[in-house]
Amino acid sequence: MEFVGLVNYALFMAIFICIYALLALGLNIQWGFAGLFNAGIAGFFAVGAYTSAIISTAPADGRIGGFDLHFVIGWIGAMLAAGLVAWPIGKICLRFRSDYLAIATIGIAEIIRLVIKSEPVLTNGARGISNIPRPAGDLGYMESQIAYLIIVLAVLIVAYVVVERQFNAPWGRMMRAIRDDEDAARAMGKNVEFRRLEAFIFGAALMGLGGAMFAHFNRSITPEAIDPMVATFLIWIMLILGGSGNNRGAILGAAVVWIIWSVSEIATDRLPHEYAVQAKYLRLFLIGLMLQLVLRFRPEGLLPEPLRGDQRSTKSGADRH
Amino acid sequence: MLELDQLEMDFGGFRAVNGCTFRVEENSTTGLIGPNGAGKTTLFNLIAGALTPTSGAIRFLGEDVTGLASHQLFHKGLVRTFQIPHEFHKLTALENLMMVPPSQPGENLFANWVAWSRVRSTERDVESKAYETLEFLELTHVAHERAGNLSGGQKKLLELGRTMMTDARLVLLDEPAAGVNRTLLRKLETKIEILNKERGYTFVLIEHDMEMIEKLCDPVVCMAEGKVLIEGDFQTVRSDPQVLEAYLGETTGDAA
Repeated sequence: MEFVGLVNYALFMAIFICIYALLALGLNIQWGFAGLFNAGIAGFFAVGAYTSAIISTAPADGRIGGFDLHFVIGWIGAMLAAGLVAWPIGKICLRFRSDYLAIATIGIAEIIRLVIKSEPVLTNGARGISNIPRPAGDLGYMESQIAYLIIVLAVLIVAYVVVERQFNAPWGRMMRAIRDDEDAARAMGKNVEFRRLEAFIFGAALMGLGGAMFAHFNRSITPEAIDPMVATFLIWIMLILGGSGNNRGAILGAAVVWIIWSVSEIATDRLPHEYAVQAKYLRLFLIGLMLQLVLRFRPEGLLPEPLRGDQRSTKSGADRH
Repeated sequence: MLELDQLEMDFGGFRAVNGCTFRVEENSTTGLIGPNGAGKTTLFNLIAGALTPTSGAIRFLGEDVTGLASHQLFHKGLVRTFQIPHEFHKLTALENLMMVPPSQPGENLFANWVAWSRVRSTERDVESKAYETLEFLELTHVAHERAGNLSGGQKKLLELGRTMMTDARLVLLDEPAAGVNRTLLRKLETKIEILNKERGYTFVLIEHDMEMIEKLCDPVVCMAEGKVLIEGDFQTVRSDPQVLEAYLGETTGDAA
């Protein structure tokens, strides 16, 4: 029994790691490769989660949909919707310098959260949408967990290959150049505003997909799930710790941070009862401390940005900083 | 080729460029000199589209290009370098060059999936051109080094190399010699000369190194306080009393 519990816990954790890794990959496109400080991940996450929920749930009274369609259509819809929402936001906000972009995106994510909370026709308001079908959800408990893990893992692998290849391609080279020096990129004929918008939408679509996978796993989505702490800042910490500009780093960061985050819950649960209130803040403190330590001792992250492009003649630069 | 007509640029209450008028002839190498704060770099920023002039007009190849953005001007064949090197520091030297050619098919977000063979073959061409350029600049040994790790002089060469990766008509060089040691400087001069003679590039260069100006530039334009003071060959400009006064009246000696 003990063993089964552990396996279940590990499966649960692995699924969450895959979902968060996808969100971290999305952020890596925006920050690691295009230098866009998006502090509103939660907003795109929410758009994806709700879109997929509306598309794939059974028809319900009092709100739009559901359309009872296959979850794959829901997930594609989630990516499209998140990208579509990102488009006007990017159009307006990407002209800001990075710190202002961060402030603007935090605000927009909050607006999205409030709209979701107060539009029952669209989202069923504060009660959220439940009975979202989970792919392979009618199997036994553990089989269903395993099946879902396989699905999210497959999605993650595909996303990783797409993003990695995109950033070794001329498109990625151009994005990295824009990130390094936008004035020079402009002087070299690159349309910086348009390219940034592309990267912003690309990243947002992955975030939307992450949101959809989260909603289908939990079988429900409520406005509480769109907490900026776990849906924005935790992902930032994952990327910075793992190594921004490195896709493997983003995935590794997601795994490390999620394990610490979720194990810390077990640890704080064992604290004496009178500390229970502090427990939540202790966990936040732990994450903050981790970020400080990484920034102090390894600012480039666990896996720094690799040299890209053709490496056939020399490798001399690989281990220098 | 390039005509500036009564160009003015205000920053708040400060007029950095004040009624600047001159023209650059096809296939010439024009030197732009003047004391610190004369408005030379601001003028470059106006020509290259990094700034929009308060008033006045810029014509390039007979076409009014006033107010066009940098990337649009680049596609018309106008390329610039920067006073302080603007290398893409996390890209390798090779990638710094390879990103330059305009309209590469691989720059399309989807082309990497739907037209991979075309992307590949363009990449091969771009890559061999980049290697040739590195060889020309004698930078082959640092091809795979991050550009941020290169020396100041190598970064200057790399910036010059970027201008060679496209079919440039007019190249604006902002202090190509600043921070470059003597040996490398002579090399740089030779490269500029070759590009001018053999490839037909037209250059405008801002420079404080008078030896370089004397060797490369005809005509020389001297600016002070946002205006063209005098224009002519090097000897005329150097012996002009106004020029001497402009230089001696301001901070002397230390080229910024």
